[in-house]
Amino acid sequence: MQYKIALAGNPNSGKTTLFNILTGSNQYVGNWPGVTVERKEGALKGHTDVIIQDLPGIYSLSPYTPEEMVTRKYLVTDHPDAILNIVDGTNIERNLYLTTQLIELGYPVVVAVNMIDLVRRRGDNIDLEKLSKAMGCVCVEISALKGEGCTEAAEKAVELAKYHTHTERPHVFNGSVEHALAHIEESIEGKVDGNYLRWYAIKLFERDDLVRKEVGLDDGLIRHLEQHIRDCEREMDDDAESIIADQRYTYIGNVMAKAVKKKAGKHAMTLSDHIDRIVTDRILAIPIFALVMFLMYAIAMGNFPWSIGTMGTDWANDVLFGEWIPGLMDKLLTNLGVSGWVYGLVMDGIVAGVGAVLGFVPQILVLSLLLSILEDVGYMSRVAFIMDRVLRKFGLSGKSIIPMLVATGCGVPGILASRTIEQENDRRITVMTTGFIPCGAKMPIIGLFAGAVFGNSPLVAVSAFFIGIGAVVTSGVILKKFKTFSGKPAPFVMELPAYHMPSGRNVLRSTAERGWDFVKRALTIVLISSIVLWGLQSYGFVDGKLAAVENANASLLAELGSVLAWLFYPLGWMGDMAWKATVATFTGLIAKEEVVMTFGTLYNFAGELSESGNEIWAMVAADFGPVRAYSFMIFQLLCAPCFAAMGAIKREMNSAKWTVGTIAYMCGFAYAISLIVYQIGGLFTGEAGFGVFTVLALVVLAVLVYLIFRKGAAEKTLEKV
Amino acid sequence: MKTLKDARVGQTVTVVKLHGEGAVRRRIMDMGITKNVEIYIRKVAPLGDPMELNVRGYELSLRKADAEMVEII
Repeated sequence: MQYKIALAGNPNSGKTTLFNILTGSNQYVGNWPGVTVERKEGALKGHTDVIIQDLPGIYSLSPYTPEEMVTRKYLVTDHPDAILNIVDGTNIERNLYLTTQLIELGYPVVVAVNMIDLVRRRGDNIDLEKLSKAMGCVCVEISALKGEGCTEAAEKAVELAKYHTHTERPHVFNGSVEHALAHIEESIEGKVDGNYLRWYAIKLFERDDLVRKEVGLDDGLIRHLEQHIRDCEREMDDDAESIIADQRYTYIGNVMAKAVKKKAGKHAMTLSDHIDRIVTDRILAIPIFALVMFLMYAIAMGNFPWSIGTMGTDWANDVLFGEWIPGLMDKLLTNLGVSGWVYGLVMDGIVAGVGAVLGFVPQILVLSLLLSILEDVGYMSRVAFIMDRVLRKFGLSGKSIIPMLVATGCGVPGILASRTIEQENDRRITVMTTGFIPCGAKMPIIGLFAGAVFGNSPLVAVSAFFIGIGAVVTSGVILKKFKTFSGKPAPFVMELPAYHMPSGRNVLRSTAERGWDFVKRALTIVLISSIVLWGLQSYGFVDGKLAAVENANASLLAELGSVLAWLFYPLGWMGDMAWKATVATFTGLIAKEEVVMTFGTLYNFAGELSESGNEIWAMVAADFGPVRAYSFMIFQLLCAPCFAAMGAIKREMNSAKWTVGTIAYMCGFAYAISLIVYQIGGLFTGEAGFGVFTVLALVVLAVLVYLIFRKGAAEKTLEKV
Repeated sequence: MKTLKDARVGQTVTVVKLHGEGAVRRRIMDMGITKNVEIYIRKVAPLGDPMELNVRGYELSLRKADAEMVEII
């Protein structure tokens, strides 16, 4: 017989730490059906017959956030055998609010009071016996960070599950509410699963829409129930939802008075409060945030003697994928005596393509490590607190600043960092726009045009950043006006958890997960695309027959470029440069710096090309006028990101529709801006004449302005009300 | 009607009633802002919004637009 123990608790209660201790490396990670909420389960260490199901961190079983809906659905349809409810002992009052809801479901519940070491250090005391009695469940104490009492807590839950121990449920509500609940229970008996009768009755009393729909009551019965609810509301002079929340907290207040003794006064400053006085100080907050970001960026991607991420990546690029692996493969392939095309495929296609992407792994690991630490310590919610005011204007959350900043180094960890944003709409808009930020790999493109066309003006790079930020901001404003993003308003009612020491286990685990994820992507999507692009680049039609070609100008890729070049004609890609530009755009999908390398190949430059390609500057300058060059650069900065970043988008969106939508949006936006810049800018400098496409550009500009300034779907519904 | 939005930093106020409706209001209640609870206004974010409150022994941040739903004395 297998037992299922559901692990439930508030966010920041130490749930992840406990889950990792209980299951060890024995975890299965997936997603809850239909939502981007991570689902984890694993066998309890030493008990192959016990599955621990980790539930999302929630504050309540209200019907609003995806996390709450997932948890509710699981609890009433999947029938766990017991619930292990982890409760933060230093913040027990609010944590018990969820407990009062969990015990209503009728399952055996074990309450694990976590951070008990901190509680003791504060000189507070929690009387577990009194707490158990008052809450009608077993209460034990644990310290997940130190690993104390965790297994015992889980085993207690298993024991209760085995013997189906039921305890008397406490009377949380007062007489008139219980009276109304009794009436509701009576009316719905037989219509719902009897085990959850009380839970359904309370939800119907709260006028919970999800449950109303689920139970499917007829109008007569709804009116009948409404009568009871109204009577109660009149008597208590409040609305039903408030009555329930109020009485839960009142009940907890009474329990606290009996079972919890606090040493310090009500508003005494804890160590965490003292830290916060400085970290979120009116004047110091933003400089400190800038410093933290700078350090993170510098350690992972900077050029300092202590920039370990850069060192790792340089080593991976120059030594590992520059000498060792190519050398090894070279020997291996030569000894095997493979034919020329196999050699080319492995060396130029696979090793070069996959290596270019895997080279980023050290930087990504360092970034992920630092991000996990910031997250675990509790700094991320402070970032949201500090930056919320600015970012919510653009439909983003305060936390969106982190992905954006990380993306200036590499878009992949940037997009993955959006995971910490709780609100789905904010997270989606962040994922859709993070790729606009110019990443490290786009720097060579900027360098090429700044050098070849703009006399090395540093303004080009600066403007590239403003274009990136501008694209994020305008997209935020445009997107949030669409109906999809205007749904339920995302409440920004956020806990600022007490700072605490990071758990090494959690930090390493989440770093390893992100790193491994990136490697997996490099070995799948990047591998396949590298092979395809290599094939297109190395083969061509010679005298009507498919054959290997030396000169890239005769390759299939060049042909494909010529066939598709008309697509970009309105952007001013015309004449002989059109197909080259088109080909470079495609190779840029592997990694953005490939754009420059491709120009090197296509302009027939034979030697080793410098990073920003100064050797081909003269030829590029001959093909690109200033406006055309600038418009081309904008297109490269904003259009579809590299394959690795697309993979990251797919992972965070967890939906094919949203992934394709994001990439299409990015390409469309890039095309629009590039078109406007070339046609209208070119009209002024004489680079582009007035014609059909000038009109098109003006129309696109008008549409863009309309999308920015129109009334959003949310405002419209507000007006209707 | 005086609301939480008007409270000054360093003040301790008592909740009278929650106005409004829907998800935000429910979230505010779930986080422990219910009738008669005491709230200490800890600070306001550097850019003037949101505010940081101490309620039921923990720190909660709330946008001023949402704080307007909370009637206080």
